[in-house]
Amino acid sequence: MIGKDVLGIREMSKEDLLEILDTAGEMKKILVGNKDSDILRGKTVVTIFFEPSTRTRLSFEMAAKYLGAHFGNIETKTSSVVKGESLIDTVRTIEKMKADVIVVRHNMSGAPHLMAKYLDASVINAGDGLNEHPTQALLDLMTIREKKGFFDGLKVVIVGDIVHSRVARSNIWGLQKLGAEVRLVGPATLLPKTFEKLGAKVYYDIDKAVDGVDVVMGLRIQLERQKNGLFPSKDEFSKYFGITEERMGLAKKDAILMHPGPINRNVELTSKAANATYSVIEEQVTNGVAVRMALLKILCERRKSNEISY
Amino acid sequence: MKLVIKDGIVIDGERFNEKADILIENGKIKGIEKRISLNDAISIDAKGKHVFPGFIDMHTHLRQPGFEEKETIKTGTHAAVAGGYTTVACMPNTNPVIDNEIVVEYIKSIAEKEGYCKVIPIGAMTKGMLGEEISEMAKLKDVGIVALSDDGFPIMNSGLMKRIMTYGNMYGLLMITHCEDKMLSGEGVMNNGIISTKIGLRGIPHEAEEVMLARNIILAKSTGAKLHVAHVSTKDSVELIRRAKADGVDITAEVTPHNLCLTEDMVDGFDTNTKAYPPLRTKEDVDALIEGLKDGTIDVIATDHAPHTKDDKKVPYEIAAFGISGIEIAFSVVYTYLVKNGLIAIDDLVKRMSIVPSKLLKLTHGFKIGNDADMTIVDLGKEYTVDVDNFKSKGKNSPFNGQKLYGVVEYTIVNGEIKFKNDGNYRVSNV
Repeated sequence: MIGKDVLGIREMSKEDLLEILDTAGEMKKILVGNKDSDILRGKTVVTIFFEPSTRTRLSFEMAAKYLGAHFGNIETKTSSVVKGESLIDTVRTIEKMKADVIVVRHNMSGAPHLMAKYLDASVINAGDGLNEHPTQALLDLMTIREKKGFFDGLKVVIVGDIVHSRVARSNIWGLQKLGAEVRLVGPATLLPKTFEKLGAKVYYDIDKAVDGVDVVMGLRIQLERQKNGLFPSKDEFSKYFGITEERMGLAKKDAILMHPGPINRNVELTSKAANATYSVIEEQVTNGVAVRMALLKILCERRKSNEISY
Repeated sequence: MKLVIKDGIVIDGERFNEKADILIENGKIKGIEKRISLNDAISIDAKGKHVFPGFIDMHTHLRQPGFEEKETIKTGTHAAVAGGYTTVACMPNTNPVIDNEIVVEYIKSIAEKEGYCKVIPIGAMTKGMLGEEISEMAKLKDVGIVALSDDGFPIMNSGLMKRIMTYGNMYGLLMITHCEDKMLSGEGVMNNGIISTKIGLRGIPHEAEEVMLARNIILAKSTGAKLHVAHVSTKDSVELIRRAKADGVDITAEVTPHNLCLTEDMVDGFDTNTKAYPPLRTKEDVDALIEGLKDGTIDVIATDHAPHTKDDKKVPYEIAAFGISGIEIAFSVVYTYLVKNGLIAIDDLVKRMSIVPSKLLKLTHGFKIGNDADMTIVDLGKEYTVDVDNFKSKGKNSPFNGQKLYGVVEYTIVNGEIKFKNDGNYRVSNV
């Protein structure tokens, strides 16, 4: 059962995932309806982002407001933590302003786990370092379920910078728990063989990896990785690991294309592929709000009914 | 003053493994006999307990001068005697760095006034440990330095390292090297492997240690320097050292209790008390380290006692300080994990924590008549639960907190004086 916090997909059971996805389905009805609910009336949600992300932050804000919560936001730089004001002090201050749920993004893996240990408020991980991005994975799972209707035996390939991707990690855990087969493809400097030990299949040839899959998921590539010598150029990356219309042709006929955004057009995906009918990238954004509404609802209900101690 | 330790099982890892009485007079060992009866001596009943030559730690961080909030010579040596240590060699990464005679004299004088055990400072290889100019090694030797190290700042410039070894070897100084190729370890914070892949922490590959170790072996071979490898952590490092020894290189090596007993699995969950350099490695590495200890490839167990404040560790894993506070429980950790599990013999443990380091640091030590009476009495049958709040060290950063361990240090005697006594309430007595 989901506890006080939502820190990662790895800690969740299949039942947890399905409960969230079912609730997200209900929330989507509110979202596409009159967007007016009092499910979170009297509750306070605060987002604290130590790393810039307009999209995810706004998605949480919308989710909280559509459900009638009070909402606050802080954007800060990690350097202030290093300089002396500790992370724990910072979030405790927010908690003392009576926040019920604190949504955190941090550039360091495990930062939300540390906060959760010291806070009575519920913590939602909105992305920590290279570790996990659970809400992104949940919205991906929701989108896949809407389009495919099932997970068992589904073949999903994740393409690009796997080693630095919290989105990839969360999706690997989530997809496997729900019964899907996960393939990974990318240059060896961005995809170590150790990922095989997580139960995924590792490929270095995108054509082979995409062959016969139901879902193709691109990842955003950080262009500074090139400066660090992890790949030679974005041209070479897009030629050998880019998702093109031709490569989508190798996947199943009804395959879908996903991407967490924002896209580096013509690097990870060609514009043609991104705009094609099989692309579900924009629906992912909508589902992101529904999933976040679902998590806020579940956590606040648990708090209210004292199912969790705090 | 006369002191008799009665009925203990005396083990020194070399000559003794028997029940005997030990007579101490004026700080020196006066006699070791089956039975010593004196009316005018204070006696300690060691029946059922073991008496070892005091442990010697070749790798301690006392933090004074400069970082007294983490540890002082007083608290660090208090922790040392609580762990059964009678001598510690302290690393030069203080502020100022131990790169001149004044700092050496300062540490020695504070240790004499406030310390609980003997302290031997280790000199820096380069001025300010900046890896640029070689330190005044001869002057350092004149004030008592027997070993050199730039501690956690490996000399990346191979030409400079060769000059350090060549110059230092004139004076027979031991070269204690932290083997790490910084280009390979990069921003890593834990072992590179399955757990780092799972939890998204940047990994330190084992090659970072081995590449630098291989270079240092090659340079030691060409210069004839005495190379001592600090905190070995990987399987392939053990093999490199084994081959270098067979090849006639003057090389010795140490391993820490945590690298010998814990694996990277403990990092899952982001407990910053598991963050150390070198990082906790895999089961395969741990097995190879134990094998290396058994066959003599690894000579010494040293603590790399690295105390930090709570604030240094109460941060995300990536920015937490590297290091484990371990001197107080080092013996019982290795005893519990290795000796009790039949992996090494108690004689061997004593040898690697006492006799071998004394030889490397050129100390007169052990159960010989006339030697300083430095010894430790341990109850191997007694169990305790590690509680960092009871540590004498200011550093409470231990991944063993809450674990049950065997082997309680009952007395630590330095120069014939009882410097630590356990009064039954684990580690609460001050002598």
